[in-house]
Amino acid sequence: MARTLSQPLKSNKTTVKKAVGSAVPKVSAPDFSKSPFNVSLKPEEKIAFLREMLRIRRFEQQALKYYNQGIMGGFLHLYIGQESVAVGTASLMNGHDEIITAYRDHGHALAVGMGMNECMAELFGKGTGCSKGKGGSMHFFAPDKHYWGGHGIVAGQTPLGLGLAFAIKYKGIKGCAVAFLGDGAVNQGVFSECLNMAALMELPVVFVIENNGYSMGTSLERSSAIRHSLASRAEGFDVDWSLCSGFDLYELRASLGDVMDKARTQCRPHVLEVSTYRYYGHSVADANAKKYRSPEEIELYKTEHDPITLWQNQLLAEKVITQEEVDKIDAEAKAEAASAAEFGINSPWPSEESIFEDIYHEVDHQTESGRTGRHFFSE
Amino acid sequence: MPLITYRQALNDAFAEELARDENVFLMGEEVAQYNGAYKVTEGLWEKFGSKRVIDTPISEAAFLGMGVGAAMMGLRPVVELMFWSFAYVGFDQIINNAGCIRYMSGGLINVPMVVRGPANGGTNVGATHSHTPENFLANTPGLKVVCPATPYDAKGLMISSIRDNDTVCFMENTLLYGDLGEVPDGAYTIPLGVAEVKREGIDVSLIAHGRAVLTCLAAAEILASEHGIEAEVVDLRSIRPLDEETILNSVAKTHRAVLVDENKPFCGVSSQIAALLAEHAFDDLDAPVLRVTALDAPAIYSMPLEKLQLPDAQAVVAKVLSSF
Amino acid sequence: MPEITMPKLSDTMTEGTLLRWRKQKGDKVEVGDILAEVETDKATMEMESFEEGTLADIFVPEGGKVVVGAPLALVLKEGEKAGERSTGPKSAPAAPAVEAPASRPSVSNGRPLTPRARAAALRSGNGGGAGGNVNAGVRVKASPLARKIADARGVRLAGLQGTGPGGRIIAFDVENAPAGASSVSAPAGGSSPVAAILPTPIAGMSETRVPLSGMRRVIAERLLASKTQIPHFYLSIEIDAAPMMAFRKEYIEASGGKITFNDIALSAVARAAMQKPKVNAAFAGDAIIQYGSVNLSVAIAVEDGLVTPVIRDAQKLSLKEISAAVKDLALRARDKKLKPEEYAGGTITVSNLGSYGIEQFCAIVNPPQAAILAVGAIVKKPVVNSRDEIEIGHRMSITLSGDHRVVDGAVAAEYMGALRKLLESPALLLL
Repeated sequence: MARTLSQPLKSNKTTVKKAVGSAVPKVSAPDFSKSPFNVSLKPEEKIAFLREMLRIRRFEQQALKYYNQGIMGGFLHLYIGQESVAVGTASLMNGHDEIITAYRDHGHALAVGMGMNECMAELFGKGTGCSKGKGGSMHFFAPDKHYWGGHGIVAGQTPLGLGLAFAIKYKGIKGCAVAFLGDGAVNQGVFSECLNMAALMELPVVFVIENNGYSMGTSLERSSAIRHSLASRAEGFDVDWSLCSGFDLYELRASLGDVMDKARTQCRPHVLEVSTYRYYGHSVADANAKKYRSPEEIELYKTEHDPITLWQNQLLAEKVITQEEVDKIDAEAKAEAASAAEFGINSPWPSEESIFEDIYHEVDHQTESGRTGRHFFSE
Repeated sequence: MPLITYRQALNDAFAEELARDENVFLMGEEVAQYNGAYKVTEGLWEKFGSKRVIDTPISEAAFLGMGVGAAMMGLRPVVELMFWSFAYVGFDQIINNAGCIRYMSGGLINVPMVVRGPANGGTNVGATHSHTPENFLANTPGLKVVCPATPYDAKGLMISSIRDNDTVCFMENTLLYGDLGEVPDGAYTIPLGVAEVKREGIDVSLIAHGRAVLTCLAAAEILASEHGIEAEVVDLRSIRPLDEETILNSVAKTHRAVLVDENKPFCGVSSQIAALLAEHAFDDLDAPVLRVTALDAPAIYSMPLEKLQLPDAQAVVAKVLSSF
Repeated sequence: MPEITMPKLSDTMTEGTLLRWRKQKGDKVEVGDILAEVETDKATMEMESFEEGTLADIFVPEGGKVVVGAPLALVLKEGEKAGERSTGPKSAPAAPAVEAPASRPSVSNGRPLTPRARAAALRSGNGGGAGGNVNAGVRVKASPLARKIADARGVRLAGLQGTGPGGRIIAFDVENAPAGASSVSAPAGGSSPVAAILPTPIAGMSETRVPLSGMRRVIAERLLASKTQIPHFYLSIEIDAAPMMAFRKEYIEASGGKITFNDIALSAVARAAMQKPKVNAAFAGDAIIQYGSVNLSVAIAVEDGLVTPVIRDAQKLSLKEISAAVKDLALRARDKKLKPEEYAGGTITVSNLGSYGIEQFCAIVNPPQAAILAVGAIVKKPVVNSRDEIEIGHRMSITLSGDHRVVDGAVAAEYMGALRKLLESPALLLL
């Protein structure tokens, strides 16, 4: 089966058989805390990772509460269970790196430093939202923080990531682009096109497949024909690939740090498949979130593989933090999320005039080109 | 002024802009080493090198999306589609990404990209290669659509499009690439959203874009010499933004409008103009707004029938006469 | 004291059925615990708690169907007490009242028509504007431009032969319409219009072509409509004007104010109309309207035509007041300073050509009024007096033209009798 890492899954025997095939890369169990990306981490940095993960989780729990009250629109794709991936990635960005992701984007947004207020207000569709209430849950952006969204169409963001890498290389910047996609997105044709072009043009792009096991409501085995992993599809394009666990922040940082470095310095693309798990459905509206997988499976991940719990225990064991401090950080995250919800609820709706703003740069700035001809055709 | 081809006018525009702004680059299938399928980019790779003029694989979705990503970062990609018909495999990138990102980001991100290539029928290449998607694209707020008819307009509009900070879908025409016209040396711009009266007249307004403008000019000559009817020819040049003022002024003068459009009739560009006239020129009209469009079937391969399928001067003349 | 409400569990969910409570009253509840199972429009889903504490109360029994946001249960934190709770579903926020956009006023007789009235008028073939637009409601095939020009020039489209495709009337046809085409108004009721007889050029004749003014067009249109659509009848009387002459002399000597015979006639017409109100009326299609007051339309000749401004409540006015009103109207009419509303609302009309030496004439009814009085000059005539002697008398002729749909001969005769009495005993006008 696809889940080549040490995760305890699953019932389909034929895929299990496949999984133990000889092509599986050998995963020894190195001590990732000794990796060059981790060994010099300061205690406050490690604590900051915990804080960021807790902030994401509390933010989303708060959002879910209001979504369930019916006062938020649209879809809400929760990242709960996957927080380590976004936080680990953001922690490796060097100021010249760019990231882009799909619609499960709240975690990445907060991890790169977007404020809870602007994000929560966006969920409420308010004018104070990060996209002025025009994007919603799936469309958070912060170009000033090298975060390029937030994209609703599965795999639609992957060529954009390619473009970010292209621009980095074109401008001669020592950076890389990290483009996230899910395990379902690998089956979109455009992703394969991207792999080909990334290799052909030698672009500094890292495609991170956040493999949470389910392509919407369809399990990996039922949606992807695979030999031993999704990342290994890169093989056919002469793109390097590797796998890592997303549950352990040390491992994620070690693996991703390595490939980001390679992209920056050698202009080589890479596909990194990160195993992770979402506790909620594809979106909150996913009625079958507990039907296409067993409640026991979800429970197992929550109790055994929760990235926040694992990291918290790690830090407690390392004695860089006390339980009291953990509780304090969590309380602060909860309070911040609650306050962000208040902010969102109390923020004004966008003005009616704003419907016609932010469509054309030239119109918004009333440049010469924005003043000639009719741009909008409603009365 | 030098007499050059439509193709050369575009080539000159690229050369001017590549030299002026190092953020400008050309990209597309066979635009570099092969010199372009229709030789529009001929010589540019030799002059500007592989960094600025880039061959891509046959992956429209990926390289259109790559253009969007690069444009978000401040580059100014000029992406060639060998045929605009091929845009259909990359529509997600054009509509959802180029067209919507500025809005969905609350104005934080621009996509200053030009997507260009020929969009036309009339070359016996069958339905899949003969599409004219200006109506689909102009239907997306966030995109701009330009369809030049002459070498002069092609160059001026291309330079404006490259300098524009929004995504411009620039539709050329393989049948026009060899047309000659007077084009000044050096860079000049023609603003988007400004139509041009290509021929003055008082009896009827022929409103068109792209190659149909030339069809109208030919029809106008026949109408004048054989029927004593002086037709005014309005070249839209840009579909979105649309210069409604010039259209309405012309119809207020002539009181008749015949819309000529190589688009299909259903929800085509001419449908939009007809709606405009119904709404804002009602009391000026002395006859119903009439249309001559591509016949409403997929582009046929057979040569004589494809000729029949597209508007020609005789069809325009007949339509004009029917309104008097 | 957190209330648990029906969650929105899908993007399309508006209500849910509470299938089963997983926690019972009194149970401890942690964040994330499953409280209940809810059936949505899509599926059965678990409802999670976002609160911690004790499930203090359950408001909705299993099987209950409630809207999103409605309270389901109460969770109390330790030490917290149940207070007042809202019962029943939260009411949805009221939709903002949307005001209907102000309709562009269409004006008929000075009063705006609502869009509904306009549509009804168009359906019934009455363009909704009496006067103004000569082509309203006329269903002829004409281009919008042709209609615009025709309306501006008062050209009746129905009389034109269209030269456009399919016989459409186009601007050319209106611009080249013969002069007479503009003087005709389509009759109501959709009957075919009367073709105007137009002059043909006369050999060797010099002619001046005077374009129709707006006023002439309206006169032409309205009076043609009146004379062709209203069944006219006429009653003439000749009154003894001697008492009126004596009265006028005495009045002027006594008051120093000048009054004219016309003022006296107007006053008499108004007062007689109050006595015999059946003539102070109008034909309204399916009814006759009798007016409770006399608004006297006075025909006043002006350059290029005539106007009929209105003296309102004329029956209440003294001779002096009527005199002043007429003088004022005449002056302002000649200066074209009358306001549109000063022409509107007349109930009976007087036309006096006595000053031109006309002895007797018949006027055309001024629609929608039912009667018009044509007043002639006072002339000396041999008359037979009460002693059967022939003597020189002063006589004035008055002719009533009536709309027979409204007024019959006998009714009109009674009115004329009343009028005669007032004019032959003018002191009655001072009562």
